[in-house]
Amino acid sequence: MIVRGRVIRYGDNVDTDVIIPARYLKHGSDASILRAHAMEDLDPMFREKVRERRIIAAGRNFGCGSSREQAVLALKHSGVELVIAESFARIFFRNAINLGLPLLELPSAWVIEDGDYVEAMLDEGVVLLPERGISLRGRGMPEFMLEIIKAGGLIPYLKRSV
Amino acid sequence: MGTAVEKILSRASGREVSAGEMIEAEIDVYMVHDPMGALVEDALRELGGRVKHPERVVAVQDHFVPAKDIESANLSKRLRDFCRIEGITLHYEVGAGICHIILTEEGHVAPGDVVVGTDSHTPTAGALGAFAVGIGATEMAVALMMGRLWFKVPETMLIRVNGSLPELVFAKDLILKLISIIGVDGANYKALEFDGDAVRSMAMDERFVLTNMSVEAGAKTAMIPPDSVTLSYLEGRISRAPRPEYSDPGSHHEVLDFDASSLEPLVALPYSPANVKPASEVGDEIDQAFIGSCTGGRMSDLIAAARVLRGRRVKEGVRLLVIPGSRRIYVEAMRNGILETLVESGAVVGPPTCGPCLGAHLGVLAEDEVAISTSNRNFRGRMGHPSSRVYLASAATVAASALRGKVTDPREVLA
Ligand code: SF4
Repeated sequence: MIVRGRVIRYGDNVDTDVIIPARYLKHGSDASILRAHAMEDLDPMFREKVRERRIIAAGRNFGCGSSREQAVLALKHSGVELVIAESFARIFFRNAINLGLPLLELPSAWVIEDGDYVEAMLDEGVVLLPERGISLRGRGMPEFMLEIIKAGGLIPYLKRSV
Repeated sequence: MGTAVEKILSRASGREVSAGEMIEAEIDVYMVHDPMGALVEDALRELGGRVKHPERVVAVQDHFVPAKDIESANLSKRLRDFCRIEGITLHYEVGAGICHIILTEEGHVAPGDVVVGTDSHTPTAGALGAFAVGIGATEMAVALMMGRLWFKVPETMLIRVNGSLPELVFAKDLILKLISIIGVDGANYKALEFDGDAVRSMAMDERFVLTNMSVEAGAKTAMIPPDSVTLSYLEGRISRAPRPEYSDPGSHHEVLDFDASSLEPLVALPYSPANVKPASEVGDEIDQAFIGSCTGGRMSDLIAAARVLRGRRVKEGVRLLVIPGSRRIYVEAMRNGILETLVESGAVVGPPTCGPCLGAHLGVLAEDEVAISTSNRNFRGRMGHPSSRVYLASAATVAASALRGKVTDPREVLA
């Protein structure tokens, strides 16, 4: 599985309260609300940026905080196709797999800069930055998690395997 | 040889397992609350499944209650209907309390249990020696249907807290200190186990603060080995036989020793629980003080606050908000006069709910406002406007700060 595109870059500890503030959780999983308010407390320009750039790159502990699946849904509904980070908080990581949002844990993700063009090969855990002649390699994702992501999430995955 | 976590997961998966393995474990207790109930139900319907063990599910109306608007009311209704359709009778209605307090206080968790909840602070129940983890709504639906869920068996980091906590220093100060030492992702994917003299001499109310806020260091779960304090807490609450497990000496992946004797009242400054400084060195002015939440709304917190506030008045221009964490706590605080003391000092007392902790309702912060709070998170926008700021502290420190109108070490007030 390969994801290509330009990057929006954030720092360490991007928490679920800034990905989607709790004040919007009362709307359940309403896609239009989640899309309208994703990342607004951290980056008011996110909605603009994500039109052109569909990959987020970040530092350590991306998605820390609450267990709200709306954090993953907010990114997905905004059009984010991949999150690359030095590390992920565990509940966010599981939620993303379960909802079919591709993630790549890459210890050297700090190399990636805002606006970089990226080619990410999820099966191998490799990220190419062709414009800068850089290639980065991480651990890749365990086979069964990739299967879930490719199926589009845990529910389609289970429905298919039944 | 193994850790308590490995032993619990061995029992729950039916084979000997150790850290690093992927396993499937049988679930003993499921917790679902109002903000996630609808998502859980949607996922379950899409799967075409039903709840396998409705008698093991604890549903709690706590985040957006009493309903503050139509959307919140609809969410609560969805959870209510879901419980009726699936035959879930352990449904705690509006006002019963906050999920992590209810789970333990009402005797739903026993030592050795595997507990999953749609809330990140589910590890709170680990203070009773259970393996408790937070999960998302989709996983909850799958677990409810299958009765089982996959886990990666975590490594355990032992945190041994030696010595004893000084006067007016609490579990909250200790855990803030520990988070500042190991960092907000220092326990990511790991289990934390707390032991040592300082932990053994803590009452359950205090122990729950340690496991609750382990999540702020990224921990997957946290636990405290059951002892006589645990067993006397459980007496008369649980109807099942406890299955306590203990880590063998030398089985922990890492050990951190910490001496609590020189700790002092601390606060975590915005916007990170690891951004910790002594309360006496901060002095920033506040607009609001909040005593409540699953990590700051227990009886011991209200008692500590009353001790500081008795016979004194909250500073003019500061709002002090107190929310007992459950109906039981509310009633007890009413009977023993604590609520009267708090209200006389100028506090406004709200009904058991998460409310202000997550900026949902009751005491939402305006632009640029500053609050000091007994809750567990001070992320940007957590309690209201993105420019507002939250300081985390013990109930005594929050109470002292409410009196002075600025972040204050409680020892200054009670000196
Ligand atoms: S009190 Fe706060 S931290 Fe605890 S469950 Fe409620 S919202 Fe979450």
